[in-house]
Amino acid sequence: MNYVALKMLFGDRAKYLMLLAGLTFSTMLIVQQGSIFWGLMTWSQSGITNVNAPVWVADSNINQVEEIKPLADTAVTVVRSVPGVEWALPLYKGVQRARLRDGNYEQIALVGIDSSTLIGRPHTVLEGKIEDLRSPEAVAIDQLGIERLGGPENIYLGTTFEINDHRVRVVAIVKTQKSFQNFPFVYTTYERALSVTPEERRKLSYVLANPVSGVSPEELARRIHEQTGLGAFTEEQFGWKTVQWILQNTGIGVNFGTTVLLGFIVGMAISGQTFYLFTVENLPQFGALKAIGASTGMLARMILLQSFTVGFIGYGIGVGLATLFGLTAGSGGRLPFKETWPLLVGVAVALLLICSISSVISIRKLAKLEPAIVFRG
Amino acid sequence: MSQNPVSTFDNDSAHWLVQARGVTKSFGEGAIRIPVLKGVDLDVARGEVLLLVGPSGSGKTTLLSVIAGILESDEGEVRILGESIPELSASDKTKFRRDHLGFIFQQYHLLPTLTAVENAAVPLLIRGVSKHDALAQAEAVLGNMGMGERLAALPTRLSGGEQQRVAIARALVGNPKLLLCDEPTASLDGETGHRIVQQLHDVGKQPDRAVIIVTHDTRIFEFGDRIVHMEDGRVDQIQHGQEEPG
Repeated sequence: MNYVALKMLFGDRAKYLMLLAGLTFSTMLIVQQGSIFWGLMTWSQSGITNVNAPVWVADSNINQVEEIKPLADTAVTVVRSVPGVEWALPLYKGVQRARLRDGNYEQIALVGIDSSTLIGRPHTVLEGKIEDLRSPEAVAIDQLGIERLGGPENIYLGTTFEINDHRVRVVAIVKTQKSFQNFPFVYTTYERALSVTPEERRKLSYVLANPVSGVSPEELARRIHEQTGLGAFTEEQFGWKTVQWILQNTGIGVNFGTTVLLGFIVGMAISGQTFYLFTVENLPQFGALKAIGASTGMLARMILLQSFTVGFIGYGIGVGLATLFGLTAGSGGRLPFKETWPLLVGVAVALLLICSISSVISIRKLAKLEPAIVFRG
Repeated sequence: MSQNPVSTFDNDSAHWLVQARGVTKSFGEGAIRIPVLKGVDLDVARGEVLLLVGPSGSGKTTLLSVIAGILESDEGEVRILGESIPELSASDKTKFRRDHLGFIFQQYHLLPTLTAVENAAVPLLIRGVSKHDALAQAEAVLGNMGMGERLAALPTRLSGGEQQRVAIARALVGNPKLLLCDEPTASLDGETGHRIVQQLHDVGKQPDRAVIIVTHDTRIFEFGDRIVHMEDGRVDQIQHGQEEPG
């Protein structure tokens, strides 16, 4: 009867298209909004992911990566004294003002990394050599910095500009993950970062650490916290802490959650109603099938097949459209859009739920259907 | 041939295809409970075409539903092919209908998105016959009914007579022993109705088969071996074919 079920579904063109439109819209909305949400959350962790370090040590009350709570300079040696630490290095991180050659100002995220090891440098160098950061006045700038500070015709290797009235020179162009605040990343050495930033009693933002072989980053973070009282997190823990803070302290989670819920409700409403109408309008035919010898179980399987078939097609088209949106609107990193497999699995489960609930409404109607109605003219 | 109904079952199942005894059925609850069948006895012999006639509300469609096992009687018993229908479970009743009964409805109830041959094949598909074999058998039955040229037509493209012939093909494709027809000519013109009932009559005259037709249409009375008149939930009169009711 699968053949009959599918003929019934595809034969009623108007209702099939209505169902398909509802489920496609629902899928597209949830995938698109979910991907933008996760893209934003990825951007929010860029302060961590753009600095490659297994363990981050910070003030014990820190909430998220952009909330700098400077540490005493001695924190580096304190961390080094913890058993299991292979190395511990200082990191400067802060928002500073860059003055461009045309006199304009632009805010930048300045990152100062250890000059001897250059640990904390970005993964990808697009132009120049990151080792040249050790030369006088040297900075590395990311692709967003090129755009923000005057475009490739004005900012290139060898170009100079000022950070807090200190002249710096571009020696490398690097690729980074955009940040939530959308500030360009500018890398330099830790010592130079301290020299170009205003005087403060404490300037050490973080201590980056690495465990010796045989000690996991989680274990090392636990030991550092227990023995120093400082906050210590693995890269992943710090990322989730940041995401959690954003969800709790901004309306982003509620906003995106509401849209995703709306997508679910709209999909549910359209498919549920259309499926119910489809069943009600075909009641005499279903009654005839029951009279002829189709069991309620057989009719239920037909309804489920119809529902899941249109759900599967709607899911495919919806994901396709959302991906197309991501590839076009989000190209070049202009829009935070990160379509992940857990999101796609989650949407598939949501759609299964929509189809199942829609089917159950119809199946209940059919279960109660008296086949005797077919003899009533 | 057939005899007048008796109050006890005749165990000669080689002769009787349907036997109903003391069938009662009411609708509604309490003060508004309306008795529709008030102790009906009925027998249908193999090879018999029986017409069930009577005014609206006399209980003939309810009796047909009870015989088909799609409506439970309050009291009494129906036996088809020696099988006591009330004693079957719901799923066994469904299987019994699937395997032994054929239905023809006043409104045809064809699936609108299926072609003529696909509609006719539905009972076989319900039985689990492969699509290929089911369509081949349905095509053969429709061909025998003069519908060979209209196999691929959707119901909306068929005339009333053609739709009813597809419905008959659907009823016959599974070789049922008993054909239950509810007002099969009500939506048809006289000539088409006559032709349809002739086909039903031919089916009913085959050995081991029987046809029960609920009808108001006096033009088809000539096709009945017996005409059972119902009045107020009871069998009022049984008339043998070609006789004037008296």
